[in-house]
Amino acid sequence: MEDLIALLPFDLPHPALLLAGVLEGTVLAAVLALTALGLSIVFGIMRVVNVAHGEFYMLGAVLAWFVTTWVAAVTGGPPWLGFAVALVVAPLVVGVIAAATDWLVLKRLNYDPEATIVATIGILYIIQQLALTFYGPYARPVEAPFDFRVATPYFGYSGYKLVVVGAAIALMLVVWLVLTRTRIGLVMRATQYDRETAQAFGIPVDKVYAGVFALGAGLAAIGAVLIVPIRQADYLMGGDPLLLSFIVVILGGLGSLRGTLVAALFIGLSDGIISTLYDATLAKILATLLVAMVLVFRPQGLFGARAA
Amino acid sequence: MAADETTRETDRRTLLKGAAAIGAVAAGAQLLPGAARYAQAQSSAPIKIGFQVHRTGIGAAYGRWYDRTTKAAAKLINDNGGINGRPVEIVAEDDGTDPKRGAEVIEKFANKHECDVAFGTLFSHVVIGSAPRAGELKLPYFVVSEGHHVASGMLNRYTLQPGITDVKSQVQSMAPWVADNLGKKVTMIYPDFAFGHDHRDYFSEAIERQGGNVIAKIAVPPRETSFFKYLPKIPKDTEVLYHVMVGPGVLTFVKEMGEYFGDDRPEIFGFIDSLEAVDIASPGLEFLEGSHFWEGYPRYAGPNQSEHDKFYRAAVGVDNNGASLSDPKDISTFAHMFGCWETLHILKAGMEAADYKGPKDRQALIETVENMDVFPESQAHPQGSKLFNARTHQAFAHQHISRVEGGKLVPVHKTSIFDTYYEDEVDYTKMSF
Repeated sequence: MEDLIALLPFDLPHPALLLAGVLEGTVLAAVLALTALGLSIVFGIMRVVNVAHGEFYMLGAVLAWFVTTWVAAVTGGPPWLGFAVALVVAPLVVGVIAAATDWLVLKRLNYDPEATIVATIGILYIIQQLALTFYGPYARPVEAPFDFRVATPYFGYSGYKLVVVGAAIALMLVVWLVLTRTRIGLVMRATQYDRETAQAFGIPVDKVYAGVFALGAGLAAIGAVLIVPIRQADYLMGGDPLLLSFIVVILGGLGSLRGTLVAALFIGLSDGIISTLYDATLAKILATLLVAMVLVFRPQGLFGARAA
Repeated sequence: MAADETTRETDRRTLLKGAAAIGAVAAGAQLLPGAARYAQAQSSAPIKIGFQVHRTGIGAAYGRWYDRTTKAAAKLINDNGGINGRPVEIVAEDDGTDPKRGAEVIEKFANKHECDVAFGTLFSHVVIGSAPRAGELKLPYFVVSEGHHVASGMLNRYTLQPGITDVKSQVQSMAPWVADNLGKKVTMIYPDFAFGHDHRDYFSEAIERQGGNVIAKIAVPPRETSFFKYLPKIPKDTEVLYHVMVGPGVLTFVKEMGEYFGDDRPEIFGFIDSLEAVDIASPGLEFLEGSHFWEGYPRYAGPNQSEHDKFYRAAVGVDNNGASLSDPKDISTFAHMFGCWETLHILKAGMEAADYKGPKDRQALIETVENMDVFPESQAHPQGSKLFNARTHQAFAHQHISRVEGGKLVPVHKTSIFDTYYEDEVDYTKMSF
C-alpha cells in the first residue's frame, strides 16, 4: 500500500520522498545562497553583471582538489587537514585572481555595464579553457573532512551535507556582519550609494571595487569548496551554479541581499522537492518560467527597489 | 500478390544495383587522387587510422584509456611489421563526447587527413551521430561502443563492431544469473539516453523470460551531478537494485547510494560502467562489499590469468589491479578498452586478407571482415574468443560477473558465448555499398 501511494505523487507524496526533497533542497539552497550572494554583491556595488561567476566557483573546486592532494602528499595528514587548508587557500587565490581581473579588464572598461558583460563572457572561456589545460577533462574527487551517516526513518543521509548547510549559514552571517557592522562594509555601502561622492570623501573607489569583485568570487569559491566533497571537481561545473545564481539574483532583486537569500531558499527547496517528487528537468523549467514571469510583471525583482 | 512482390523485389534490386554502380563511380572519382599517391608511394606510406576519441566531455576517462590501449596496440602492430608491411599511423581527434563534433571528426578523417578507415569511440550518442556521415563518405567505421545501435540495423554497411559485445548481449546473458542468485523483483537506474535505454529495454525483456520483472525504471539525465533525489523512488519491495551510470558523476552516484541504504540494502547488481576508472576501494564505497558487477573483462587478474592477459596488461601499462603501472590511483576502464586492442588487430587481419592498398579497397576490406566469423582467444584477443555475425556486424563474447570482496572484484561467473546470442534484426550484407 505504501508503495502504491508512492506511485501517486500527484495526490499523496510519500513522506520519504518529501523528506528527501526537503533535505536535498536545503543543501542546494545553502550553497546557492553563498554563490548568488557573491553575484548579488558584485552587481549591487559595482553594477557589473559577472557572467564569469560560475568559473570562479569551478576554480574554487579545482583548487580544492590541488590543495588537498598536495597537503596529503606532503604531510600525509588526514583528509580534514587538507580540506581546512583548501577552505582558506582556495577562496584567497580565487579572490586574488578576481582582483587582478578587475584591475586588468573591468577597470579599463570603466565598468561600462554592457562592455563588462562581454568582457566577463571572455573571462569565462579563458578560465574554463585554462582549467581544461592544466587540470584536465576529468572529474576528480576530494575526500570529505569527516563523514557520518544520519539515519532518518526512511533512509540514511550524509552528515557532511548537513554540516555544509550550517557552514553556509555561518558564512552568510559573517558577510552580513561585515557589510553592516564594519568600516569596510560602510565604505562598500557608501560606494554603492554614490560612487563620486564617496570618492570625493577620500574613499579609494578603485580598491573598493577590486575588493568587492574579489569578495564576490571568493564567496563562490567557498561554496564550491564546501560542495566538492559531495560532487567532485570538473572544469565544466560552473554552468549550473551560474544559471541558478542568475535565477536567484533576478528573483530576489539585483543587489538586494535579503532578496537573494529568500530567493535562494525558495529556488533551492522547490528544485529539491520538485525534482524528487516529479522530475529534475521540470524543476528547471519552472524556475526559468518563474524568472520570466518576474521579469515581465516585477522587473525589479521581489525585493529590489524600483530603478530611479 | 506474390507476383507483385516479385516485381517489387526485382525493381528494388535493379535500383540498388544502379545506385551501387553510381556510388562506385562517384567514390572512384572522389578517391582517385589519394589512390594515385599511394600507388606511387607503394609500400612505404603509412596506413592511416582515424581514431575518434573522447578527450573531453563526459566520456573523458574512457577516452584516456581508449587512447592508451590504441597506442599500445598500434605499437605492437608496428613492431611486428605493420599491416602488409606498411606502418600504422593513428590520427587521433577529440569528439568532445558530442554527436555533432563526432560527425565533424569523421569528415576530417575522410577529407582532411585522408584516413583509410575510422575507428574508436564509445558513447552511443556519438556513434549514432557519426555513423550516417561515415556511410555517406564511404569510410569504414569500426566502433568500440557497446550499444545495440549497430546490430539493431539503425546504422549502415560501413559501420562494424567486431571487437566488443553490445548491451543487448550483455544484459540478456546476465538476467538468468541475476534471477537465480539475487532476486526477481528488479528496480533499474540508468542514464536517460540510447545506451541506458538499451539496458532498460533488453534487461526488462530478459528478466521477464526468467519469470522476474522490473518494478521501477528510474532514468537519470546524463549530465546529472546529484543523485540522491532519485533514490527514494526505489520501491521498498525491490529485491535487486540494477544500476548502470556513466559520466563524471559516477562516484557521487555510488557514494550517495551507500549513504541512502547504509547496511539495510537490497541485493545490488551493477554494470561496472558505474565505477569504470574509479577505485572500488574509494572511501564511501564500503557498502558495495558483497554486491555484484558485470564486467566485460575482469579488472583484477585472477589466479588463472592467461598468458595473453599478462601480455596485454604489460603492453597497455596496466597492473594486476587494473590500475596504471605508473600511478596505482589511475584506474583503467578495463571492462571496455580491450575492444580497441582487439578491433585494431581485426583491422590488421582484415586489411592483410583483403590485400588492402588504399581507399579504393575499402569495400573489399568490409567484405573481408564480413567473411570472418571466429576470433579465437589469442594475443590479439586477450578478452577471449569471439564469434562475429557478418549480418549484424556485431561480435559476441563471454561475459563476467564479479563479486566485491575486500574492496576488489572477484569473478564468480563466466557466461558462455551462446548466452549472448539473439536473433538477427538486420542483414547489412544485403545492403549496397
